[in-house]
This record gives sequence, C-alpha cells and structure tokens, in this order.
Amino acid sequence: MIELEGVGHRIDGAEILTDVTTRLPKGALTALIGPNGAGKSTLLSLIARLAPLGQGQIRVDGLDVARTPSRQLALKMAVLGQETAVGSRLRVHELVGFGRWPHHQGRRTPADAAAVEEAIAVFDLGPLADRFLDELSGGQRQRAFLAMTFAQGTDWLLLDEPLNNLDMAHARALLSRLNDLVRAGGRSVVVVMHDVNYAAAWADHILALKDGRIAAEGPPAEVLTTPILHRLYGIEMEVAEHRGRPLVLHHA
Amino acid sequence: MDRSLRWLVPICLVAAGLYLFWGLRAANWAFVLELRATRLAALTVVGASVGVATVLFQTVSTNRILTPSIMGFDALYVLMQTAGVAFLGISGFAALPGGPKFLLETAGLVAAALLLFGTLLGRGAQDLPRMILTGVIFGILFRSAAGFVGRLLDPNAYAVVQQASFATFSQVEPGLLPWAGLLALSAMGFALALAPRLDVLALGRRTSVPLGLAHDRLALLTLGLVAVLVASATALVGPIGFFGLIVASLAHALTERARHAALLPAAALSAVALLVGGQFLFERLLHLEGTLSIVVELAGGLFFLWLLMKGRIR
Ligand SMILES: Nc1ncnc2c1ncn2[C@@H]1O[C@H](COP(=O)(O)OP(=O)(O)O)[C@@H](O)[C@H]1O
Ligand SMILES: [Mg+2]
Repeated sequence: MIELEGVGHRIDGAEILTDVTTRLPKGALTALIGPNGAGKSTLLSLIARLAPLGQGQIRVDGLDVARTPSRQLALKMAVLGQETAVGSRLRVHELVGFGRWPHHQGRRTPADAAAVEEAIAVFDLGPLADRFLDELSGGQRQRAFLAMTFAQGTDWLLLDEPLNNLDMAHARALLSRLNDLVRAGGRSVVVVMHDVNYAAAWADHILALKDGRIAAEGPPAEVLTTPILHRLYGIEMEVAEHRGRPLVLHHA
Repeated sequence: MDRSLRWLVPICLVAAGLYLFWGLRAANWAFVLELRATRLAALTVVGASVGVATVLFQTVSTNRILTPSIMGFDALYVLMQTAGVAFLGISGFAALPGGPKFLLETAGLVAAALLLFGTLLGRGAQDLPRMILTGVIFGILFRSAAGFVGRLLDPNAYAVVQQASFATFSQVEPGLLPWAGLLALSAMGFALALAPRLDVLALGRRTSVPLGLAHDRLALLTLGLVAVLVASATALVGPIGFFGLIVASLAHALTERARHAALLPAAALSAVALLVGGQFLFERLLHLEGTLSIVVELAGGLFFLWLLMKGRIR
C-alpha cells in the first residue's frame, strides 16, 4: 500500500499539490487520471523521491520515502517518468540492463542477464535488442523504457503516461501485461493515463486529480460518472455500460 | 576490454617512444633524455587529465557539447593566478613555494566549481539551454576578469600572467609536475573506481534516482574531480580550449559501448596520443615550435565536424 498523508507541494510559491491524503491499494491496478496540469506527474515524482517532499508524508509498504535509503526503495518500486530520455547513447538491451542496477550495483550475475532477457521478450523487443535507442520509433522506445522498468522486478510499478506513443495493439498488450502482473504476479501498478476508457476497462481503482487536489477516488463505476467527468474535464460525456464496466462516450 | 583500448595503448607507446628516442645523439643523450622524459610525463598528465575531466563533465551534465573549458573552469584557475600576482606582487607570487601554492589554488577551484556549478547541475540539469548560456557567460566573465586584473598590473607582472593564460606545450612547469601528476592520477583512479556508478549517472537524474543512485552526491563528487583535473592540467601548460571537446567525442565514438570503464581510459589515451604524437610531429619533424596547440584545435575541429555530420554526437 502507498500511503499519502497531507502531501503538499509548491513551486516558486505556486501551489501545485494541496493536502493529498489517500491510499493506493496493493495488488491492484490504479489509474491516475485528471486534466493536463492537474499534478499527476508531480505526485508521481514525489512518490519516486525525484523532488524533495515539502509537506506531508509518503510511505511505500510502510517505508517512509523521505528516510528510507534510496537503494532499498529502488528494490521496492520502479518508476517510469513521462519524458523518457537518457543522456547516453545506448542499445536497447543496455538500457534494459540498467533496470537491474539496484540488484547488482555494477556486478552483474546470470540472474540479472536472465531478467533482462525476459523483459526484452515480454515487451516484444527481441528483434530490436541491438538497435540504438535513437534508431527506434517513439513507441518502440517507450517499450524499451517499459522493459527497463519491468526488469527492475519490483513490487510496485509507477508509470507516467506509458500509453503515449503506443498503437492500439501495443497499448492493449501493455495493459493486459500489467493486468497479468497484478493478477498472477501479485504486483501493484499505478498508471497515469488520459483515456478514461482504458481506466474503465482495466483499473481496479481510480484516483482523479484536479488543480492539485483529489477530485474523486474509488472503483471505476463510482468515479466514471457524468457529473464527476464534467467536474474533471468541463465537458459533457455520456457514460454507458459495456460488459459490466463503464464506457465513456465523448463524441460531442 | 573494449576493442578501442587494444589499439590506443600501442599507439600511445609508439608516440612516446618516438618522442623520447628520435634523433637522440650520443654526445649528451642522458641530459636530453631526461628533459624529454619530463616533458613527456607532463604531456601525459595534461592530456589524460583534460580527456577524463571532459568525459566526466559531460556525464554529469548529460550533454556532449559542454566542456569544463567552455564553462570557464580553466579561466577561473587563470583568474585565481592573476589575482595572486595582483595581490602579492610578482616577487611575492614567485616566492611562494610551487607545490603548496598549486594545492591551494586547486582547493580554491574545487570550492568555486562546486559552488557555481553544483547548484546549476543539481536540480536545473534538465534545463540544458540555460546551463549552456550560464556556462558560457561564466567563461567569458572569468576570462574578462582575468584580463582586467592583468591590465592593472605592471608590464613585468603582466608578462608572468600572460604566460599562464595561454597553452604552451613546449614549456611545462617541471617543479609542479610531481604535485599535479600525483593529484591528477589519484583523481583519475578515483573516477575509474566510480565507473559503474557513472554509467548510471549518465542516464540523467530522472532515470538514475528511481534506480537508487545517490545522484546529487555523485554529481557533486564528480564535479570536484573535474575541478582537480582541470587545475592540474592548467597549472602545467595553461588552458587548452577545445581540446577536451575533441578528445571526449573521440572517446565516445571509438568505444563500442557507453561504459565509463572504457570511456575514461579511451579519452585519456586518445588525448595522450594526440598531444605526444602532435608534439613529436611539429617540434621534431617539422621544427615548428609552439604551433601544436593551434593545429590540434584545427584538426580536431575538423574531425568534430565530421562526427557531427555522421550524427554520432549525442
Ligand atoms: N518546474 C515547474 N515550474 C513551475 N511550474 C511547474 C513546474 N512543473 C510543473 N509545474 C506546474 O505544476 C502543475 C502540475 O504539473 P504536472 O504534475 O506535470 O501535471 P500533469 O497532471 O499534467 O502531469 C502544472 O500546472 C504545471 O504548470
Ligand atoms: Mg504529466
């Protein structure tokens, strides 16, 4: 469980997040939704200790993010940021290999190599493994970064808009893979996404942010309703039902 | 071992051999050999320091365009020397013992570099254009400040300062060699020990922090090492401009994988090969003293353009 208590964040005096208190359930797929600039990425980067926590407390499975050694947290949670770019010029398998860093700290073992192989296979990157990242399409690169995050082998996966750049087939493949990780692997996944229908179809839990505050949270059927969606995005949307889950119709 | 090292090492050895023994006459060979060996050692320290410092700096700042020299590290060092002459007078400055003075200047450079560039790199590292601008402005500022202080000096003192502000490969400070060499070697050994962590640092903060790297601490430590290496090289021959940029891109182009365990030695070795080989060529074969610094920049610049056009700089 990730527990957030009174989390607040300011940049140059501007309030980005205000009093965020919630629990992200373990062993579930949580969708983090909200309009652009709602604070989704900021919240994720605070959980990921990328920015110092100004106000409040964040605990990942009981570990206080502000106090726990970084390496210990790296064995517990993997994070993929919204902007994926690295300084080095790397091949796909080299990038994926860095996902094992928290485990080997520079001394690779056969187990690390096996985990990298697996991640490359899972994300369909076999034929691209020897290509440089800058020789890939946006979606292929995205998958390489996802494979790195996956190779880290952590209980928690935090992904900021991982569906960006993915075609429908790969988007569905990713979500179904994340779903498998949750159902069969007992892992916990938090995904920032924009398409509320992906959230409707795959998420167990939805956290909706707006203007740096929690606007709604709960199971998809409770969050994805016409009034809440209107409050979030400011447009009228009809919500139908499809196979027992909400289906948001956003055609004007 | 990286394939590039397998032929960089012999090239360096051949260059060193030629530099030492070419045209050695029977009459005064012992004296000449000692002179040449001292210079060879100095060139080696300078080349390796500049190469390693540039790769380290580009790793911290996750870019392939900036170098410590462009960011004004060496200009800052020259400024400190100029200020030293201005405050102590030429005789007072010369009377200071070389070694301790060098250590003091190095410590000053490390402190200044951490203060100035540490904050810049800490959280603003993502903002590359701002970094480049700030760095270039710092560079110009330090150079102009050194020039300004120089103008205030009397002509004799100014001559001393002048000598310190341009690269002169044929005149090294022999007294400083043991100090600078020892310090530079320790810094390079330290950097090599950090190599696996530097590989993660090179990914950038966003990627390395979630992987559990103590990013900010390592970035500061690396900047400290850069300052030590720049101080060593600058103390021996003066600031050498774009040389580091060329050598670092060479190292990145020559090594098969972006691993610092290979990158750092490759940068050091290609720098030494270029400096020693170039000095041999120009001083011994062509009898053109003092032109190497210009030619290295020109030839290297052309190579750099070629790399750019092949799209290998990233
Ligand atoms: N470095 C920054 N400086 C100032 N404002 C920022 C900075 N980063 C983000 N913000 C602001 O914080 C708010 C939340 O941003 P973010 O968390 O990226 O939103 P999103 O929900 O789209 O991921 C936005 O209003 C954005 O403009
Ligand atoms: Mg975002």
